[in-house]
Amino acid sequence: MIRPFGPNEFWFIVFAVQWTLLLSAVAFAGGAIGGLLIALGRVSDNKVVRYLCLGFIRLFQGTPLLMQLFLVFFGLSIFGFGIDPWIAAAFALTLHASAFLGEIWRGCIEAVPRGQTEASWALGLSYFDRMKSVVLPQASRVAVAPTVGFLVQLIKGTSLASIIGFVELTRAGQIINNATFEPFKVFGLVALTYFIICWPLSIYARRMENRFAATARR
Amino acid sequence: MGYEFKFAPVFANFDQLLEGALVTVQLSFSAMVLGTIVAVVCAIGKTAGPKPIRFIIDCYIELIRNTPFLVQIFFIFFALPSLGIRLSPNVAALIALTVNVGAYATEIVRAGIESINRGQIEAGTALGLRRSQIFAYIIIKPALRTIYPALTSQFIYLMLTSSVVSVISATDLAAAGNNIQSQTFAAFEVYLVITAMYLVLALAFSGLFSMIQRWAFNYPLAR
Repeated sequence: MIRPFGPNEFWFIVFAVQWTLLLSAVAFAGGAIGGLLIALGRVSDNKVVRYLCLGFIRLFQGTPLLMQLFLVFFGLSIFGFGIDPWIAAAFALTLHASAFLGEIWRGCIEAVPRGQTEASWALGLSYFDRMKSVVLPQASRVAVAPTVGFLVQLIKGTSLASIIGFVELTRAGQIINNATFEPFKVFGLVALTYFIICWPLSIYARRMENRFAATARR
Repeated sequence: MGYEFKFAPVFANFDQLLEGALVTVQLSFSAMVLGTIVAVVCAIGKTAGPKPIRFIIDCYIELIRNTPFLVQIFFIFFALPSLGIRLSPNVAALIALTVNVGAYATEIVRAGIESINRGQIEAGTALGLRRSQIFAYIIIKPALRTIYPALTSQFIYLMLTSSVVSVISATDLAAAGNNIQSQTFAAFEVYLVITAMYLVLALAFSGLFSMIQRWAFNYPLAR
């Protein structure tokens, strides 16, 4: 039976956006912790740690996000966890975000002049104090624009969780489309909803980038 | 953990995986070429075109960059037929990939064009070159050289993204995996092998791109 595309269908799709946002938030928070560790590992003095982190980044940047989702989804059940699309998607996207944020933030840490690190040594600061009070605060200024840029990529990436059966914005669209056969309206609405979330973030990222470029030129 | 890994059924169907990999390579390579053409045309439009054209190109870029590829391909594959445009999965996949990479590459190419020193273009004008000649001889090659690393990493990202086209039953590598998975139930093993194949493809593309770079841009820069 074909249902018409009415207000119920409209709100079903719009409300599904909460799952997209929640998944993005979880993956971003997890990815921020993982990414910080990866970034610190990439600039570590220990060669083994540096190469392990490099390998992690290369692995996740050299394979499709869809395959990462599949591997975590089917892999979790092998290791004795039940198949749960929500956990699988959150875990896979966290690993994915860790790798990408790790690589972005490594660049930001390396952009802090070497003299800052040397000055911290001269002051006798511990590794922890040097990172917390000297290097990371300066790196974070450079990091805002590319981090927000990646957040947009991550939000779009959560749409792939629909393929392993997690009901978020895209999956809600598919469900409604299968019932109403109104692909033009349905996927138009889905695309518009993503656009409304992502576009302001993109504009913000671009503005921050320009502002930083302007101060750097001075 | 009492799980026994079953790789034998995966490798028994390895010819299917190779066929799928070939389609992935063909799709991505075609989208790279077509996407670059789209990008160069749009970048010219954005730097030299009249205002309405620039506005349309801006809309195209922002729309594509701020919506997921999965939704774009659903739109092209499911919504366009309702306008009377019916596409086979592989053609829809190629169009979606081209439209997608075109938007990202436009911004990259535009940055390259803008990186050309104005003095170079003025010198071309002073020598009496036409605008098309200035573009062909003075702008495009140095611009491509500048943006080559950004453009090629976008291309590798495109190849990885192309795995998503398996959802509209295109016949790429990921789809071959879905088939084998549904016959053998060795899901984890299938996707592990396929992920490794994507990694090999990504490394191969990146090796190929750096070979091309050495061959095509093997001339000294002016000081």
